[in-house]
Amino acid sequence: MELWPLIKNILILDSEGKRIAVKYYSDDWPTNAAKEAFEKSVFTKTQKTNARTEAEITMFDDYIVVYKFVQDLHFFVTGGENENEIILAAVLQGFFDAVGLLLRGTVDKKEALENLDIILLCIDEIVDGGIILETDANVIAGKVASHSMDAGAPLSEQTITQALATAREHLTRSLLK
Amino acid sequence: MAQPLVKKDDDRDEEVEYSPFFGIEKGAVLQEARVFNDPQLDPQRCSQVITKLLYLLNQGEVFTKVEATEVFFSVTKLFQSKDLGLRRMVYVMIKELSPSADEVIMVTSSLMKDMTSKTDMYRANAIRVLCRITDGTLLTQIERYLKQAIVDKNPVVSSAALVSGIHLLQTNPEIVKRWSNEVQEAVQSRAALVQFHALALLHQIRQNDRLAVNKLVSSLTRGSVRSPLAQCLLIRYTSQVIRESANNTQTGDRPFYDFLEGCLRHKAEMVIFEAARAITELNGVTSRELTPAITVLQLFLSSSKPVLRFAAVRTLNKVAMTHPTAVTNCNIDMESLISDQNRSIATLAITTLLKTGNESSVDRLMKQITNFMSDIADEFKIVVVEAIRSLCLKFPLKHRSLMNFLSNILREEGGFEYKKAIVDSIVILIRDIPEAKETGLLHLCEFIEDCEFTYLSTQILHFLGIEGPKTSDPSKYIRYIYNRVHLENATVRAGAVSTLAKFGAMVDGLKPRIFVLLRRCLFDTDDEVRDRATLYLNTLGGDGAVVETGADVKEFLFGSLDIPLVNLENSLKNYEPSEKPFDINFVPKEVKTQPLAEKKAPGKKPTGLGAPPPGPPSTVDAYEKLLSSIPEFANFGKLFKSSAPVELTEAETEYAVNVVKHIFDSHVVFQYNCTNTIPEQLLENVTVLVDASEAEEFAEVASKPLRSLPYDSPGQTFVAFEKPEGVPAVGKFSNMLRFIVKEVDPSTGEAEDDGVEDEYQLEDLEVVAADYILKVGVSNFRNAWESMGADFERVDEYGLGPRDSLAEAVNAVIDLLGMQPCEGTEVVSPNSRSHTCLLSGVYIGNVKVLVRLQFGLDGPKDVAMKLAVRSEDETVSDAIHEIVASG
Repeated sequence: MELWPLIKNILILDSEGKRIAVKYYSDDWPTNAAKEAFEKSVFTKTQKTNARTEAEITMFDDYIVVYKFVQDLHFFVTGGENENEIILAAVLQGFFDAVGLLLRGTVDKKEALENLDIILLCIDEIVDGGIILETDANVIAGKVASHSMDAGAPLSEQTITQALATAREHLTRSLLK
Repeated sequence: MAQPLVKKDDDRDEEVEYSPFFGIEKGAVLQEARVFNDPQLDPQRCSQVITKLLYLLNQGEVFTKVEATEVFFSVTKLFQSKDLGLRRMVYVMIKELSPSADEVIMVTSSLMKDMTSKTDMYRANAIRVLCRITDGTLLTQIERYLKQAIVDKNPVVSSAALVSGIHLLQTNPEIVKRWSNEVQEAVQSRAALVQFHALALLHQIRQNDRLAVNKLVSSLTRGSVRSPLAQCLLIRYTSQVIRESANNTQTGDRPFYDFLEGCLRHKAEMVIFEAARAITELNGVTSRELTPAITVLQLFLSSSKPVLRFAAVRTLNKVAMTHPTAVTNCNIDMESLISDQNRSIATLAITTLLKTGNESSVDRLMKQITNFMSDIADEFKIVVVEAIRSLCLKFPLKHRSLMNFLSNILREEGGFEYKKAIVDSIVILIRDIPEAKETGLLHLCEFIEDCEFTYLSTQILHFLGIEGPKTSDPSKYIRYIYNRVHLENATVRAGAVSTLAKFGAMVDGLKPRIFVLLRRCLFDTDDEVRDRATLYLNTLGGDGAVVETGADVKEFLFGSLDIPLVNLENSLKNYEPSEKPFDINFVPKEVKTQPLAEKKAPGKKPTGLGAPPPGPPSTVDAYEKLLSSIPEFANFGKLFKSSAPVELTEAETEYAVNVVKHIFDSHVVFQYNCTNTIPEQLLENVTVLVDASEAEEFAEVASKPLRSLPYDSPGQTFVAFEKPEGVPAVGKFSNMLRFIVKEVDPSTGEAEDDGVEDEYQLEDLEVVAADYILKVGVSNFRNAWESMGADFERVDEYGLGPRDSLAEAVNAVIDLLGMQPCEGTEVVSPNSRSHTCLLSGVYIGNVKVLVRLQFGLDGPKDVAMKLAVRSEDETVSDAIHEIVASG
């Protein structure tokens, strides 16, 4: 067993299996062709399932993949075959909810591509080199959102605005529920 | 499953697929990247351009070296901007570009400035970026800041430094190990994730120190861990400690079991599951220990979350392999999972049921499965087939219905892997259940009548050739086999010819008819088929006379080749046509160590048709075989003992070398296992120069160099020494690895022609007294002790000086003597002030030795020991005392 939970990759694909944003943390797929092949098989194996209310899970080629779909976006998190499935699901949920918060509830392909910078930062804040950095969607969204702050603002003010932003996110989240 | 998105799809039909990156082109974006150089930076614009660049990289676009460098340099200009958002994108971009060492210097100062900035977000991210791109030299400069960051009051900064530490530990362990105190402090952090990262790093730093890990686990299991993720780590480390500590289940409770059991009541599902899984994976777990874990997993089975159901059923499936009765309580929940929407869960449920079911429920289950098989994918079907195979082996009486099921699904549509799994299963059943043989063979015969896979056809034909002649009526298979000669491709035809010949060789009554068929094959269009037919006809006596086929002919035709094919291939390639014929006896029989890549899937032994004979040889046998295959060492006699590998290099060095000491009666052979960890190098003529000046009784007699050592493919070189016969000579050897190094072009994998001679200093190696003692246990020590008698008993007392603990002293003496502890006496109960340890072994010259050690604490720390030795020879008893006295 791995000594700590390792994430092998995080993927967002569209409803045809094309890449929106992907990040690989493992050398299991050394070339772009290998990555695309993995994405293709993960997509075809999961596309017929209904992963819209609860995260779904599958296992193939010695990988565990947890996934969740919304609109025309498919979210995936992959781990090794001995990984604790529930930890992988927690990472997926954190990612999924954080994107939902940051895109203010309208999560679809168009919105995701228009805010690709936010999605990429979001992935960057969740996992670092395969190690889980954070799984709490509010914290992830908070870290990504704080970047839209005016850089010239003094430090104390910034923290207040940050607090306001977080409060706003909380509100959106509770309204969404 | 109504898709709630119909409206959205309508929208999309009106506007053509919209994307902000529509028609994006690398060249144009690279042009755009010039805005990074503007004196008046526009953060918004720059962010957009970086996003575009990242989009291209994400889509798999490759930047050339020149392009990447250019982008990198212009990106570094953006450090002038104070815009937070832009800076974040710059960080991500730098990580994606993974700059080279000389480029890293360009951003080091900017990043170091950010690392000490007042803005938390800058500090955290700068640390992650810098640690990602830095090499060892820079690390010493920033070490101070990293140590500070670990204990930073902002959890994000602290986590960033800790996670970077985990990554850096792989490349610069000696530096990261110095941060121990800070990391320890961070473990106590109130922030959940900081605790998680700190625990992972701390464990990693101490992983080679078993005692320290033990301490870490026992202090933390008393409950100061708040984060569920950290708790999961702790569970993993705890089960590791349990695994490594001596197995003393019979003497009472397992240490730390209570902790694991307590975690089953944790509020986080991931912790509950991690603990349940850890309990099911304990070595020799008892059903009493299992029960609470099974209970929580059973609750998960009826959860509304697919992930929980999957995790639970997968774990229970594994438990069912070893403890089927423990899982039967969950059978009702399992049966309802057969109709689960998620087919992975359904398949796991079915296979679990197949393992736990009893004989009477087989037929009912098979009915359920038949319905289920039609709507799952091939990969799931394979799993089911394998489960049915083991079920059939468990209930041989049910072979008829199970074999029928297998032959039915064999006729249905399916891919190669699936068909192969079915065929393999039938083959195994035929082998293990005699009653199933005839029906099974006929099923296989029918299958090859209409089989689209050449590989499977030839394998089945081969198998028929082995099993068919032994049946009551071999002639009924001939028709199926001869049909292949008419209808199939050349490969299958050749296989069929060989099978026919086997029937002819084994069954004399069939010979005349077989010869008729073989003669027809002489007119085949394919060379191989004709050649085989000719060979068989001539060797089996196809001139019409019905004679019994000689054993040597059978051996020649159908015997196995005991030479690795790779070696044969190499020898044939090296053979130059000359007067001297090629002699197969000169082909080396040593098996090359398998490259690392093949170890990826351990535990997956091939089964079925391609399976080697069962029972892998023990390491001693393997070593013995290896050594005796080397002509230089063949006359050394019987191998007495092979030591465990001793590492001669630090982990993570250029060349990894360990040594195995092979002890013979009057020789010692050092087997150096070398691994080259540099992809750009090929080593040739690898030898180890051994300086035995500190080992007077040893004289070097032979060495066997390693011809070539490519990257990541371990190889061995040997050095042999002569020593006085039967004498446990000891000594110290210093080692130097000498080789010719050739550069390898990483893109093509080809080595340059010219090499440079080089040397690499290895650590010293010692031959110690323990190398001459075999660990051989006795079942009843008292009986053995009494029957040995006191004739050659030697008793003496020793003071061992101050020791950390009694247990440490006991282990030290056991290691020194290299003998087998008996009756679990190597385990010292905590807080005891005295301990008796019983050892047994065989001394060189095959002399049995028994040792009774009595330890006592003398004062606060000093350990005293009484050593009693009994053996069949008084000089040996004395020798044991000498080992202890000089150790």
